[in-house]
Amino acid sequence: MTLLHYLDANASEPLRPEAREAMLAALEVSGNPSSVHRAGRSARRLLEDGRETIAARFGGNPAELVFTSGGTEADALAIHALGRGRRLIIGATEHDAIRAAAAEAAVLPVDRAGLADLDALAELLADGPPALVCLMLANNETGTIQPVADAAALCRRHDALLHVDAVQAAGRMRLDFAALGAHSLALSSHKLGGPAGAGALLLHPQVTALTPLIGGGGQERGRRGGTPATAVIAGFAEAARIAEPIAEHARMRDALEQAAIACGAVVCGAGAARLDNTTCLALPAIRADAQVIALDLEGIAVSAGAACSSGKVAASHVLQAMGLGPLAGQAIRVSLPWNASQDDVAAFIPAYQRMVQCLRAPLAQHAA
Amino acid sequence: MTNPPASPNRPVYLDNQATTRCDPRVLEVMLPFFSEQYGNPHSVEHAMGRYAEAAVETARAQVAELIGADAKEIVFTSGATESNNIAIKGAARFARRMGSERRRVITVATEHKCVLESVRDLGEEGFDPVLLPVRSDGLLDPDTLRDALREPAVLVSIMAVNNETGVVQDIPELAAIAKQAGALFHTDIAQAVGKIPLDLTGWKIDLASVSGHKIYGPKGVGALFVRRRPRVRLAPLFSGGGQERGLRSGTLPAPLIVGLGEACRLAQADMEGDAKRIGDLRERLLRRLQDALPGIVVNGSMSARIAGNLNLTFPAATAADLMQRSPELCVSTGSACSSAAVEPSYVLRALGLSDEAAARTLRIAIGRFTSPADVDFAAAALIAAHAGAPAPAEA
Repeated sequence: MTLLHYLDANASEPLRPEAREAMLAALEVSGNPSSVHRAGRSARRLLEDGRETIAARFGGNPAELVFTSGGTEADALAIHALGRGRRLIIGATEHDAIRAAAAEAAVLPVDRAGLADLDALAELLADGPPALVCLMLANNETGTIQPVADAAALCRRHDALLHVDAVQAAGRMRLDFAALGAHSLALSSHKLGGPAGAGALLLHPQVTALTPLIGGGGQERGRRGGTPATAVIAGFAEAARIAEPIAEHARMRDALEQAAIACGAVVCGAGAARLDNTTCLALPAIRADAQVIALDLEGIAVSAGAACSSGKVAASHVLQAMGLGPLAGQAIRVSLPWNASQDDVAAFIPAYQRMVQCLRAPLAQHAA
Repeated sequence: MTNPPASPNRPVYLDNQATTRCDPRVLEVMLPFFSEQYGNPHSVEHAMGRYAEAAVETARAQVAELIGADAKEIVFTSGATESNNIAIKGAARFARRMGSERRRVITVATEHKCVLESVRDLGEEGFDPVLLPVRSDGLLDPDTLRDALREPAVLVSIMAVNNETGVVQDIPELAAIAKQAGALFHTDIAQAVGKIPLDLTGWKIDLASVSGHKIYGPKGVGALFVRRRPRVRLAPLFSGGGQERGLRSGTLPAPLIVGLGEACRLAQADMEGDAKRIGDLRERLLRRLQDALPGIVVNGSMSARIAGNLNLTFPAATAADLMQRSPELCVSTGSACSSAAVEPSYVLRALGLSDEAAARTLRIAIGRFTSPADVDFAAAALIAAHAGAPAPAEA
């Protein structure tokens, strides 16, 4: 593989060197954090230091942080535990981790920019038994940032709980769980430059008695069984500690977008506040998978929607919910990693232009 | 107090059933995936994703090879606890959803806590959990299982090797009994993988749980074997992106999976040699302890037992005192998950030990990296600690 330009950070951020170092050091500690002997205590210290670092970084309480295997499990645990005996309301553009766990949920519509309709939420909440609402902080496909704090205030007025999937937001924008006013918040290690294989659920102190999804040896105060992945967690913590929004991202993103717009692309979600690293570019009448493959041949790694559903060719539910119609199957996601450079942007633009030319040619022939 | 002999490894780690050191050879194959190879294995649309995907598939084959399975039968998870949860809850819930009338879920009193909790959770959902007793040697009497199966069961779950005593159940025979009664058979092989030969296909096992960190691999990864012919169907514990054929959603941690695969490959290559060497070390340790401390008792069958385990009741000192007096030695009073708890081991209770005897019991687990000097250090440390410990209070 030569000169690959990796612009698929929302699928997985490249591992940060600091996180790698922390993890490699932690791999040398061989104890089980539940063991009482010295080796166990060293592992326990890694685990608890990690817990404190991550909680402090995102405005949570270490005692109310449950480590999981990743963001999907954190979302599933939140719905399993907080959703008990409550009806579910989820945003229309939520990640599949939420949609699958809340199959029977009422769906909160979004506008053309991808923003949740809070008036609709107020109506849904006013009417019926106590609810659990799931609203993601930043969307994985478009980067659209939801008005989560307003939603939280609304939820509290109606005795509803709010779970926030902050997997894409953490480390890329300001995030303070306590200030958001939500009841739980899901994080993923590899989306902020840590290793894959760890995530966390932050809980509001008000959320007590949590029924585990994965029961077991009583780890994580009985809230998640299984030997914690100490080395991965050490890497996660270090990545969380240093992940900050990157000033150059907005400028680089704007450059990509302008070039794409000049080629006829539509920026999905352009009307809303978005993550600086993410853009979702739709090309009318050109299938997303063809675009991704053409760019791959040019050495540019991007994706058509979420990585988990890559491989399946289906129109994005996110873009469909935004009312983009056929464009929902014609959009690619370009997401800048923490180490994106000007070179990546410089390589992307001509590759994108060639891709558009190449894929438009057969269309033009058809028309002729 | 005599000075114990010098040891190259300090503290001396003889708790290899709680967790193992990640083998440096495992670490080495993981390293590239921690640096230049950071693709998401699900991003198959681009080259980096495909590279990670290929590595994950190699690991899948390595896991399968070691346990006598096909690569397509391996689902990656975060560890054996998650695998056990998916297998037990998933099989029972799916069967009920398909209209099965069978409600009985059978397991054994000495199973790992996460199996017992999974079965208990099913009890709250209207299933009928049955916990079978074991004999004083820790083995399940096949007739006990036959009796329990008079009531049609949906699932039988029996661990291959016990985490506290190292006792090896006769899984082929027990599985055959369960299958004959029309029940699915799950086995937790977390403590068996790499220790004893496994042939899940030949034994007609339906479901089995594997752990990475118990076999010198990394923590945070495991696998679930799900038989394909005939296909065993499960309800997933949680859903999402639909990875692992919908059985286990979430981004696969490629580096950890690569590590698990290599750990399996090494276990396959080293199994015989490891077992012989570890068995010799165990004999050496046991002989020294028996010579110095007549009256020491080994709990559980000595013949049906993995090579590295000793579960020892000391004649006149509590496990807590022995551990406190040998701070350079890492051993345990039982399973790590509950080792901070003051409760006596339910596994030892099931073997018929009194709480007082259980309180005088240590689990020692010798592993791949244990040296003869480590064992000599442990023997001397325990003998000295025993001599200096206050006599346990009368029960």
